[in-house]
Amino acid sequence: MHGFIFGIYPYIALSVLLIGSIARYERDPFTWKSSSSQLLRRKQLILGSVLFHVGVLIIFFGHLFGLLTPLAIIDALGISHEAKQILAMGVGGIAGVMALSGGIILIHRRLADPRIRATSSMMDILILSLLLLQLFLGLLTILVSLQHLDGVEMVKFMRWAQAIFTFDPRAASYTEGTSVLFELHIFLGLTIFLLFPFSRLVHMLSAPVRYLWRPGYQIVRSRKRDFKHPAE
Amino acid sequence: MSHLLDRLNFFKSSRIDTFAGGHGQTTIESREWEETYRNRWRHDKIVRSTHGVNCTGSCSWKIYVKSGIVTWESQQTDYPRTRPDMPNHEPRGCARGASYSWYLYSANRVKTPLIRGRLMKLWREARKTMSPVAAWASIQADPVKRASYTKTRGKGGFVRASWDEVTEMVAAANAYTAKNYGPDRVFGFSPIPAMSMVSYAAGSRYLSLLGGTCMSFYDWYCDLPPASPQTWGEQTDVPESADWYNSGYMILWGSNVPQTRTPDAHFYTEARYRGAKSAVVSPDYSEAAKFGDIWLNPQAGTDAALAMAFGHVILREYHLDRQVPYFEDYTRQYSDFPMLVKLEEKDGKYVAGRMLRAADFSDDLGQDNNPDWKTVGIDGKSGKVVVPNGSIGFRWGQEGTWNLEEKAAGAETQLMTTLILEQDRDDVVGVDFPYFGGEANEHFVNDERGDVLTRAVPVKRLVLKDGETLVATVFDLFCANYGLDRGLGGDNVAVSYDADVPFTPAWAEKITGVGRDRIIAVAREFATNAEKTNGKSMVILGAGLNHWYHMDMAYRGIINMLVMCGCVGQSGGGWSHYVGQEKLRPQTGWTALAFALDWSRPPRQVNSTSVWYAHTDQWRYETVSAGEIVSPTAPAGNWADRSLIDYNIQAERMGWLPSAPQLKTNPLEVGFAAKAAGIPAADYVAQGLKSGRLEMSCEDPDAPENWPRNLFVWRSNLLGSSGKGHEYFLRHLLGTDHGVLGKDLGEEGRQKPLEAKWHDEAPEGKLDLLVTLDFRMSTTCVYSDIVLPTASWYEKDDLNTSDMHPFIHPLQAAVDPAYESKTDWEIFKLIAKRFSDIAPEVLGVESDVVALPLQHDSPGELAQSVVADWKAGECELIPGKTAPNYIAVERDYPNLGRKFASVGPLMEKIGNGGKGIAWETKEEVHHLQELNGRVADEGVTQGLARLDTAIDAAEMILMLAPETNGEVAVKAWEALEKMTGREHKHLAAAKQDEKIRFRDIAAQPRKIISSPTWSGIESEEVSYNAGYTNVHELIPWRTLSGRQQLYQDHEWMRAFGESFVSWRPPVDLKTIAPAAGKAGSSKTVVLNFITPHQKWGIHSTYSDNLLMLTLNRGGPVVWISETDAKKAGLVDNDWVEVFNANGVLTARAVVSQRIREGTIFMYHAQEKIVNTPGSQITGKRGGIHNSVTRTVLKPTHMIGGYAQLSYGFNYYGTVGSNRDEFVIVRKMDKVDWLDTPAKVEAAE
Repeated sequence: MHGFIFGIYPYIALSVLLIGSIARYERDPFTWKSSSSQLLRRKQLILGSVLFHVGVLIIFFGHLFGLLTPLAIIDALGISHEAKQILAMGVGGIAGVMALSGGIILIHRRLADPRIRATSSMMDILILSLLLLQLFLGLLTILVSLQHLDGVEMVKFMRWAQAIFTFDPRAASYTEGTSVLFELHIFLGLTIFLLFPFSRLVHMLSAPVRYLWRPGYQIVRSRKRDFKHPAE
Repeated sequence: MSHLLDRLNFFKSSRIDTFAGGHGQTTIESREWEETYRNRWRHDKIVRSTHGVNCTGSCSWKIYVKSGIVTWESQQTDYPRTRPDMPNHEPRGCARGASYSWYLYSANRVKTPLIRGRLMKLWREARKTMSPVAAWASIQADPVKRASYTKTRGKGGFVRASWDEVTEMVAAANAYTAKNYGPDRVFGFSPIPAMSMVSYAAGSRYLSLLGGTCMSFYDWYCDLPPASPQTWGEQTDVPESADWYNSGYMILWGSNVPQTRTPDAHFYTEARYRGAKSAVVSPDYSEAAKFGDIWLNPQAGTDAALAMAFGHVILREYHLDRQVPYFEDYTRQYSDFPMLVKLEEKDGKYVAGRMLRAADFSDDLGQDNNPDWKTVGIDGKSGKVVVPNGSIGFRWGQEGTWNLEEKAAGAETQLMTTLILEQDRDDVVGVDFPYFGGEANEHFVNDERGDVLTRAVPVKRLVLKDGETLVATVFDLFCANYGLDRGLGGDNVAVSYDADVPFTPAWAEKITGVGRDRIIAVAREFATNAEKTNGKSMVILGAGLNHWYHMDMAYRGIINMLVMCGCVGQSGGGWSHYVGQEKLRPQTGWTALAFALDWSRPPRQVNSTSVWYAHTDQWRYETVSAGEIVSPTAPAGNWADRSLIDYNIQAERMGWLPSAPQLKTNPLEVGFAAKAAGIPAADYVAQGLKSGRLEMSCEDPDAPENWPRNLFVWRSNLLGSSGKGHEYFLRHLLGTDHGVLGKDLGEEGRQKPLEAKWHDEAPEGKLDLLVTLDFRMSTTCVYSDIVLPTASWYEKDDLNTSDMHPFIHPLQAAVDPAYESKTDWEIFKLIAKRFSDIAPEVLGVESDVVALPLQHDSPGELAQSVVADWKAGECELIPGKTAPNYIAVERDYPNLGRKFASVGPLMEKIGNGGKGIAWETKEEVHHLQELNGRVADEGVTQGLARLDTAIDAAEMILMLAPETNGEVAVKAWEALEKMTGREHKHLAAAKQDEKIRFRDIAAQPRKIISSPTWSGIESEEVSYNAGYTNVHELIPWRTLSGRQQLYQDHEWMRAFGESFVSWRPPVDLKTIAPAAGKAGSSKTVVLNFITPHQKWGIHSTYSDNLLMLTLNRGGPVVWISETDAKKAGLVDNDWVEVFNANGVLTARAVVSQRIREGTIFMYHAQEKIVNTPGSQITGKRGGIHNSVTRTVLKPTHMIGGYAQLSYGFNYYGTVGSNRDEFVIVRKMDKVDWLDTPAKVEAAE
């Protein structure tokens, strides 16, 4: 079972995430959206949404870099495992609390407001609930981590994550003996990956990041269809 | 190719240029996504169609089709322009029409032919061993089998059927009925041809070829204002809405223009911008009231009193104290004011009698043609009694003098309207006028002052054939009737407006509740505007007034105002009565198609009100006796003892009203017997009626031989909308569960009719078969035995016109009929074919005998100058003179289907015509043969023009009608010229070459061509306005005097006190007391039941449409005032039961300040198929608005054979009034939706 969850399930989840997202983008581009309900009720949304998104983004990038940065680089930079562990707990803890409190505001709004409730799909409610559960589990893992501030456990997970991406067949063995809380957290995380293409989470891939540096405020699309770029 | 790959272009800048100093940039990113939004507004096609819903809107719409599905509709804006200085017609439309496409694919669509399951079982069982007609006969012969399906009507249980099976059953039932009882027992009800002419014609053509009975609708709806034929000899003719813009002063009287004429309301607004002033008369604060400069709110039902007071002021200030030259000239030339009336002596007192005729003088005043039908006046120039041109005697039997030139016997005249000057009069005598103000029931102000008011009138003494007689002018009697003191002394007249004398403003204030100052102000403004503009004052009125029992009084009171001020026939002025969409502009082209006049004449038509009154047995519950409405000044005679149905029987017997069924004996048998005896049908029937061998059906409506047996309903929701006395329909006509609470005359032991035969056991379930064609599952469908799915308004080709605008435009099939539906034309064509296949089992070529009443616009309108009943021995029975005519008509049943689909030979042989003129149509028939093609099949129709498709049928209408074929218009005007001796052709000459075809109107609505069928003209100078050609072309009105007839001299008019207009309080229908006990201990309130037209539907259509239900409360509602709500312990949105002896309805209450205390509104025709709970009183589902009504006939509407008071289909006859009704309202303490499954009967 352990082997399946940590050795095979990650590949299933990531494959569904990748292929599912491409398929949805191709076949049903008009469903590729964040489904914002801001139009229906604004007030509660702003606070909840900002807390949630800021928290989640920090956590997301924390996990991304924390898990996938090769140990060699960390060591080369001279960051001790203890320091990284404490940094992760500190920043992750604060961000986690932000995201969790934001998420609670959002789910309250989604379930309590009749207009928003009526326009919510099953998946909207499910995915938000799973995210909240995941945040809660993540915060609980801090309690576990407090017992071994040396970062040994953390390194296990870094190994495991990097093993998945390097197709290391021993990947599952790296996480043996870790706390069940972590295991649950990882399992749920992979499940969220699995559900990703079927939910509104796809809007992550279309974040309008470019807005940050686009130069013009008036965009005119050229009418010329066969226009050849000067650079070509 | 791939959305994703196309977007994977991070390394390629999409920016190709910048501008505005770098603030703007031009990009070349993919624009494919834009196509999605472009496609959203791209359609397979956009097709012109409209909504055939009797809303009078007749708006042209764009129907959008996408992927073969109708997606939505929007307003067309391409109506032909008006002229400079006039606003245009477009855009026209309203929210109701915009929601129509919902119906096409909704759950409420009838998708397949449906048959009542039990009937289907019986039929299939019988068909195993029997031929179709024998199978139907076997079901009808067994009372248990018959009852097994008739008793379950309205209770579900439909099963799907194939077109093949269902048309076979219908054809078999029709054939059986024709053979066993007579083809006149096959009835068809369909209203308002103008909303979809071909669809109407499909059914009526089938029925007319069969010999079935086409039922009227305009009178049954009570939209027909009898005052119009009484005054003008005109069914209804009104200004188009654009003409409002030309008006200077408009009174909106009981008409809620913004709500019920939504597409036209802009002209009202624009007229106000132009500077017109407007008064609104409405008991409630209606949407129209907001537009008014002044709002008058009389108690509902007292409009006649208000009109009398207006007339009192106008006469006083504009005709008596000061004479406005325009008003004087107008009334002298265009009204009967100068005509002389005999004063009849009764007990030493005088009463206004018959109009004086040339025949009353010893030498007939030199008239040898129709002297009895020529009215006379005194020529002011010569001082002699003369016979002025234009009276109805000039119309028939001679040519060239039926006109309104001020001439008599070729000499110029100027008739005297008054004998008030001492040198003109011989005497002043007291004349008795009936007064009904003391008859008001407890809900109205009772003005008790004796039932006869004697007033002084100047008279002249003339020596006539039968001795010396006193005569007076209509005008002098008219002034006396309005209670005006002219210095002649005597009582019951007033100088002061404050006098408590009928009909002063002070008196009216007491009756109506409207302050006298406001009455005086509006009357003055109305008349002063007319004086300054030569008649541009207008009254817009409608069903709000016309649905009262004494509607004639309110209407004639208003018409009098308009005539006194010279407004009728003047652009911007006149009588704007807007009810249904009755204006069938290409009428004479259409009648040929619709009533199969190309194959046989005359068709069988009947006035529905009398039929439903008799055959839903509403007469068995009659609460109003003739004695209650007869005049104290009535001529000698037994008026009071006869019941209302007795009057109707007499009217049918004397040829005044049509009959259906006609005779107790099958008319096919009568025809056969007459042929066998070798004598004309008319003689055979006359002998039979005299000897008693033949009996008229009307004398015994409950005998099984006289029941209507088959009924087709199409384009109508008879049982969910117009069926006044709904519960009586359910009980007696259908024989199913009903909510009638009252008891009949027999059970109550009250006076029974003298002539109508009484059966102690009332029949229940007279109909063998009810077939309804509809696109939606309406209330009528629910009660039917067979429901046929018909094409919606976006799925068929048809024609549409309205009185509100001058255009003709089409309905078109944007998509094919959905599911298994077919167009009405195809359905009836199929039934006709099936009938021909099946009928030979029992029928061949038969001789039918059709009873034809004395028709208006035919020489028959001169039939009876005095009332004489052959049955009472007062005269000989002469068919077509003292009785209906009986005409033999050949029915070629085996060829019925072929005849249906081709243009028959009579159009070439006899020609066409209408409204008393005729013209030949050989040329047009020839054109039609070339246009539609000729029938190739061998047989009776070979070589005739084809009528295969609905478009073929539409072309027949367009080709034959003067309004759409300029050549025919010129022919029609020429025909009229012969009668009037004046030139009229110029009205159409410029359009002689114009021929409007179906494809032309598909491209754009077309303005019609001026035709003598109508009294207005289509021109670049004026908007369409009724009476225009009477005033400007001097064409007489089709009345006794040829002028606007303000005095009605028929004996029955005098008997019922309506020779002059007066105030008649609403009648007491006595429906509260018998039902009062049903309320138990609940708090109740008794209110006047008013049923105006709604905002969320057109009649019952749209009242089941989700979009419209969402905009209102989602089901039936009634509106009551806050005060009345408090009395009954109600708050807004409570469920209430509304009931009286006639039945019960359930609805939610809307409590509103806008409703006047004492009234309850139930917007007319809210379907009971949506959100209608059960009634606590009956335990059955609550009814429709007509569950608490019962129709009551009025004898004056039965008059016939007398000039303008002659029968015409939808022109004159009994009308179904319903507004004098009161109801009990109480809160429901238990709302039961009756949604548990029915118990399965043990037998099954």
